[in-house]
Amino acid sequence: MFKILRDLLRYNREFAIGFVLTLGIFLFALAHFWAPMPDSAIYLLPPDMPPSAQYWFGTTSRGQDVLWQMSSAIWNTMLFGITVTILSRLLAVAVGMISGYLGGKWDEALMTLNDTMIALPNIPILLLVYFVMRDSMSWPVLAATAALLGWNYDARLIRSVTLSLRTREFTRHAVFAGMSVPQILIRQHLPYVMPVIFFTAMNNLIWAIGLEVTLSVLGFSDINRPTIGGMIYWANQHQAIIAGIWWWIAFPIVAIVLLFLGLFLLAISVNEYIDPRSRLSRMGV
Amino acid sequence: MDGFAKYLVRRLFQFFLVIFLGVSLAFVITKLSPVDPVEQSVSLMTNFGATDPRAVELMREALQELYGLKGSMIEQYLGFWGRVLQGDFGPSLSSFPTPVMSLIVSALPWTVGLLTLALIITWTLGNLLGALAGYYRNNTLLKLSGAAIMALHPVPAYIIGLVLLLAFGFIWPVLPISGGAQMNLQPAFSFDYIRSLILHGTLPALTLVLVGIGSWFISMRSLVSNIVTDDHVVYAELGGVSSSKIFSQYVARNALLPQLTGLALSLGNVFGGAVITEFLFNYPGVGRLLIQGIYRGDYSLVLGVTTMSIVAVAVAVFIIDLIYPLIDPRVRHG
Amino acid sequence: MLDLVKTPVATDDVLKVEGLKAYYQMNYFGVRREVRAVDDVTLTIKRNEIYGIAGESSSGKSSLIKTIAGAITPPLRVVEGSVKFDFGGETLDVYGEPQRMKGARWQNLSYIMQGSMNVLNPVRKVKHAFHDFAFRHMGLSEREFRAKVEQHLKRIGLDPRVLESFPHQLSGGMRQRLTIALATVCEPDFIIADEPTTALDVLVQQDVLALIKDIQQRMGASIIFVTHDMTVHAAISDRIGIVYAGRLVEEGPTLDVFQRPQHPYTAHLIASLPRLGDKTRRSALPGKPPNLADPPSGCRFHPRCPLAIDKCKSGNPPLENRLSGRVACWRAGEVVAA
Repeated sequence: MFKILRDLLRYNREFAIGFVLTLGIFLFALAHFWAPMPDSAIYLLPPDMPPSAQYWFGTTSRGQDVLWQMSSAIWNTMLFGITVTILSRLLAVAVGMISGYLGGKWDEALMTLNDTMIALPNIPILLLVYFVMRDSMSWPVLAATAALLGWNYDARLIRSVTLSLRTREFTRHAVFAGMSVPQILIRQHLPYVMPVIFFTAMNNLIWAIGLEVTLSVLGFSDINRPTIGGMIYWANQHQAIIAGIWWWIAFPIVAIVLLFLGLFLLAISVNEYIDPRSRLSRMGV
Repeated sequence: MDGFAKYLVRRLFQFFLVIFLGVSLAFVITKLSPVDPVEQSVSLMTNFGATDPRAVELMREALQELYGLKGSMIEQYLGFWGRVLQGDFGPSLSSFPTPVMSLIVSALPWTVGLLTLALIITWTLGNLLGALAGYYRNNTLLKLSGAAIMALHPVPAYIIGLVLLLAFGFIWPVLPISGGAQMNLQPAFSFDYIRSLILHGTLPALTLVLVGIGSWFISMRSLVSNIVTDDHVVYAELGGVSSSKIFSQYVARNALLPQLTGLALSLGNVFGGAVITEFLFNYPGVGRLLIQGIYRGDYSLVLGVTTMSIVAVAVAVFIIDLIYPLIDPRVRHG
Repeated sequence: MLDLVKTPVATDDVLKVEGLKAYYQMNYFGVRREVRAVDDVTLTIKRNEIYGIAGESSSGKSSLIKTIAGAITPPLRVVEGSVKFDFGGETLDVYGEPQRMKGARWQNLSYIMQGSMNVLNPVRKVKHAFHDFAFRHMGLSEREFRAKVEQHLKRIGLDPRVLESFPHQLSGGMRQRLTIALATVCEPDFIIADEPTTALDVLVQQDVLALIKDIQQRMGASIIFVTHDMTVHAAISDRIGIVYAGRLVEEGPTLDVFQRPQHPYTAHLIASLPRLGDKTRRSALPGKPPNLADPPSGCRFHPRCPLAIDKCKSGNPPLENRLSGRVACWRAGEVVAA
């Protein structure tokens, strides 16, 4: 594992940049545990201070330090993303592997359901969920809803891998050896599906974070819990752009773009490492 | 022809299933709510002054009737289907007494127009650049534009839109950033009106293009770099067929087919992006209607727009499914 | 350039391969690898001849044929040597003149590919393939061209209506015939056939072999025919060359090679063929084909060779004339056919 990481860092520029960016942002987010003030406190500091030696990224119109707000915000946003990713991976793996292994009628039924889910527009459904829940909406509920909407593409991918494993020799051996279906799936097939899970997880994380930003920018989440989108929401509420408080909006945008860039570079370089086809095309270099 | 008929039946089944499950899902979500929409609306209205208890009771009755919340769960469910099929979601609360359906109908052309235009540009440009980048792997210009497109790809629509809005609305204010057309102009086939339409549509459309182009670029590039090693392409190269012909007729043509299926699958997501973009640029489409409905607590409007967008996306997907066999001979001739 | 044209290869030779070396050169995550897929091959093919290339899978025969056809893409590269064709008295250097090479394709040199099932574009009608490949060489009007193609198809035993169908509507045998028709419609001087019968069932195989032989005789073309199937070689090849681990180890007239194999590897290939009435067990060759990234020293066959002596481990035997052919083995005279 460490050897792979070292090789990737040394020979894959995209991975190295992505790794440094993501790690840097992660450490920055981690710093919020040592913040000098609670992230929910408002009007603690003088409002609307531009970036200075004392307040590096300035303060908001609500008297918060942009730097420490961002640190908490990125942490919360990433936590949301990772929760969605783990939940939706569980669904995708379960549906994909069962569908691929059982085949036949089960496969057809599960994949029809899968394709139906793909055709449903996510955003309006999430907005409807928020609308009917309103004040009882909390981030875990939102994460669960997002996870329910975010597993379909990947279930198809995992299914196709399992489908090809089903006819392999070792599967037949396992069946003759009397292993049960869950045993075969978990012990024999899961290791082969792992790379796909890992790669789709990266993409899913990016999608989930994007979703969180979108919803909280509109104020459709717990607005008192700092998130990247939530910061932009409050900045809009206070008309920061018109008032010239540019640092309230610019720094969160820069942070989110850097985070996306880092995660995306990690995702494509890991995919390249896993995928034998693109590996082959690299050999010519 | 047997295979073609089978394909059609399958697609038709999928179409009805999407609508059935989508509409049922919308119904179930409203039932899961811990908040009573009638109480919510009543409290919203009483905030504006009407406090006579008898009037409030009457209003409560009327709202229950209106929202189809009377009777058993099954009656309510069937009633909901009746409303969906008739396209009747009652009057909007925030724009009383205009029916929700007529609000949707007047917003729909804006959304359909914006989306269709943006989608055509995105799909064509993304696939063209992706195919070129996959075929001419060593071209520096294509590599650079590819890197730029891919870096934009994961950024959410709102952020891209906001940056464009700041850039062209505040830093260098050359484009309108709000509305569908100039307020004081009457809709007409006049030069001024059309010019205003185009100017107002530019930033929302550009946002949607920038958001969407990356995934087409990436998938097309990887499709093409796989097809390039297929036997039929290698054979054409051995046959001395010109490289421009190989690119258009042996590579791009084959790669476009899965991309068309991808178009159908992506419509739901694309619509989601449009909702956000419309709200950001105050564009008078269905998406803005939905978000305004949420802010104003307009139960029938939110439910109506969500349900209708599920149906509309399903119809659009089905239309693409119907076009597909015209383009892929393997489906057309069994 | 002019010199080359004035000194043709030899009036009777269509193809001359000299000292050809083609390696896969890879560099991945800092690891350099070099696979010697074609290692110092020299051979000539005469006009009107069917030359068979035999060898087990991953012996390098497919790389050899691709290199001869000028169909290699990185990481496979020509490191040394040359491939020259002689078409109508003019010499064509495959790796010296890419433009002329492109012009000669299908006019002088055509190709029947391995896995012919997928060589036609699945989303276009068959007629477009004929048009793309052959039209520009014929100098005919569209109508004349169509008539010519239809006539050619009829001669090969195909209904001209196949032109209007898509590949997936045709059977495997029909598709194979079609690719043969496509490869021969311009009446080229040289045809490269890479495992053209491998994916077919035995009856269709016989049919296709007879067809190839018939066309070859009628047009007077030369064919280089690659297959691992020795029975196919026995049926079609005039001469055969045996490839082992990227090298040509034996070459000679088919009948002579089958009757008096000079190389122990050839002897094994022939001994393992089934014979009517023979009930003895076929012995499998011990060991695996060598890893071409790290080939054995000396004669590459020595780790599996029943006759290996110390000399075989140190010295690489040269390909030398012997009897009616050539062989690369230190103990060539001592080989007995099983």
